[in-house]
Amino acid sequence: MLAVASALAGTFAGNLMAQDLNGAGATFPYPIYSKWFADYATSSGVKINYQSIGSGGGIRQLTEGTVDFGASDAPMSDAEMAKLKSPVLHFPTVLGAVVITYNIPGVTKAIKLTGPVVADIFAGKITKWNDEKIASLNKGLKLPASDILVVHRSDGSGTTYIFSDYLSSVSPSWAQAPGKGKELAWPVGLGGKGNEGVAGQVKQTPGAIGYVELAYAKQNSLPFADLQNANGEFVTPTIESVTTAAAAASAKLPENTDYRISIVNAAGKGAYPISSFTFLLVYQTQPDAAKGKKLVDFLRWYLRNGEKTAASLDYAPLPASMVAQLEKRLGTIQMASR
Amino acid sequence: MTAPDGRAVVEAREGDGAALRIHGAAIGDRIYSSAITFFALCVPLLLLAIAWEIGVAGWPTLHKFGFGFLTSSEWDPVKGEFGAAPAIYGTIVSSIIALVLATPLAIGVSLFLSELAPRWLRQPVGFLVDLLAAIPSVVYGLWGIFVLLPVLRDPVMPFLRDTLHLGKTGLFTGPAYGPSMLAAGIILAIMVLPYIASVSREVLLAVPRSQREAALALGATRWEAIWGAVLPYARSGIVGGVILGLGRALGETMAVTMLIGNRPEIAASLFAPGYTMASLLANEFSEASSDAHLSALMAVAFVLFVITLIVNAIARWLVWQVSRNSSGKTA
Repeated sequence: MLAVASALAGTFAGNLMAQDLNGAGATFPYPIYSKWFADYATSSGVKINYQSIGSGGGIRQLTEGTVDFGASDAPMSDAEMAKLKSPVLHFPTVLGAVVITYNIPGVTKAIKLTGPVVADIFAGKITKWNDEKIASLNKGLKLPASDILVVHRSDGSGTTYIFSDYLSSVSPSWAQAPGKGKELAWPVGLGGKGNEGVAGQVKQTPGAIGYVELAYAKQNSLPFADLQNANGEFVTPTIESVTTAAAAASAKLPENTDYRISIVNAAGKGAYPISSFTFLLVYQTQPDAAKGKKLVDFLRWYLRNGEKTAASLDYAPLPASMVAQLEKRLGTIQMASR
Repeated sequence: MTAPDGRAVVEAREGDGAALRIHGAAIGDRIYSSAITFFALCVPLLLLAIAWEIGVAGWPTLHKFGFGFLTSSEWDPVKGEFGAAPAIYGTIVSSIIALVLATPLAIGVSLFLSELAPRWLRQPVGFLVDLLAAIPSVVYGLWGIFVLLPVLRDPVMPFLRDTLHLGKTGLFTGPAYGPSMLAAGIILAIMVLPYIASVSREVLLAVPRSQREAALALGATRWEAIWGAVLPYARSGIVGGVILGLGRALGETMAVTMLIGNRPEIAASLFAPGYTMASLLANEFSEASSDAHLSALMAVAFVLFVITLIVNAIARWLVWQVSRNSSGKTA
């Protein structure tokens, strides 16, 4: 009797434990991840729990071993990697992009900007909309003589990281200070909380400029600038031009890359320059074999099936060449022998 | 906070002493007294535990930057330079603006409700004022973004600066973008108003009728009776209400973060954006990953904790002073 009860309890607990995978991290890919986890639960019965607490929190929880996988918009830094007890693999899932949005009275067409000009605006070196540097890029547009108000994110975010990573790569003086990070010491401007805080401030203030995620800008029909890429073309941010940036950057990757790479300012025809991967973080040696197998199965599923649905939620899918590379990389995940 | 609890403990002990004589009640009393003591100790212990935890986590930063942490204006997570002065300044200034705006308004509302309003109006107006306290902070923030900021940008800020020529004072200068110390102070004023008004109204209603009647009988006008007899009687209670509002203003996070502009800079003009300690924590905590950054945020939390403690201590002292003076006068 007792034995039966404990056996029952055992299978019950076993089921609960084995069914659930827990993950935590980035908020930016949360919509597509929750769609994937829901779709995957229907097709395979495996439930995956994801808390979108922010990339920093995801990395902390993964380091402490309280979750089965983490998620981050920026690749882990060497300092963060050094704190890990065993190696972690980065799996790019989808791509995001940051767009420059603005509110210039009388201007309805998309304006054209270059990286150094954007850096100068956000550094407070260009202060008027009719500045020669902006006007020469936008011949035919009537730009007002009004002040530029810079709006940036006040909360720590992967969006700021990608944006400042880009500015650091196109402007040596930006790389010096303020540099790149999820929070910066901004030289000028106002801080808005979240994409909605920045977008709201820009919408309301004539003369304002800010940066938001591409998906947010598209869903809210914000105006955004065409940006010059490393090939010298002015590129409109779209899902295609973001995936193109990833394809251009990944074509140059060595065979044994750890994917902790930045693809901002990628040189490629039609590549949008402020693009970035978002990552799932997975221990190379899975401490729990049963969970580890489920995790690998899910990773294979998102590469084969999940990518197809990314664009429906305004995320750019990985280029096909990378999907093949990543699937091969799944083989390097091992299970700890008990 | 501890005074009523402390009194409860003392009473329980007295009961304990009496119980020695009546044998049957002794155990029940002892359980009662130790349970109450336990509850009373829980709160200060919890407070100490929180202070300890935050203090330990923030210690590396406080140790590294020392006093400079409180006076430096540089907050650069990339370089690992941390100075909390703008956030401390912003917390205090936004709270002061809130109190300056809210206190007269709240006292006016409560005087109207307790002394002047017709009976049928008291309940609904009092209810509506109390309702302000029930609105979630994020709703205040959204209202601020979509209603308050546009109104401030045009016409309020230009009116203050150019029409009233208040720009010369230095407090109302610079471009009128909207998000600013002033906007944060105004939203805080609206948020703390119900606390001050509600406490003041209760206190004013508790002023004995004889107080008013005595003043009126001496030939005072209604205004003189309120000013000379009712308000002094209620003074310590009103100060207590203001302190309650101040506590709320110091710690308010969401609405302020949405309206203050989040710029770690000390500017004399109230039109300029600023920062508060609570906003800083709300903005940066979730994505802070380096140890130095986390520790700096914990140090900010610790400073906020200490400032709140000091403010409350000063407030208690004020209430005590005021009540001693007014009781001295009436006696």
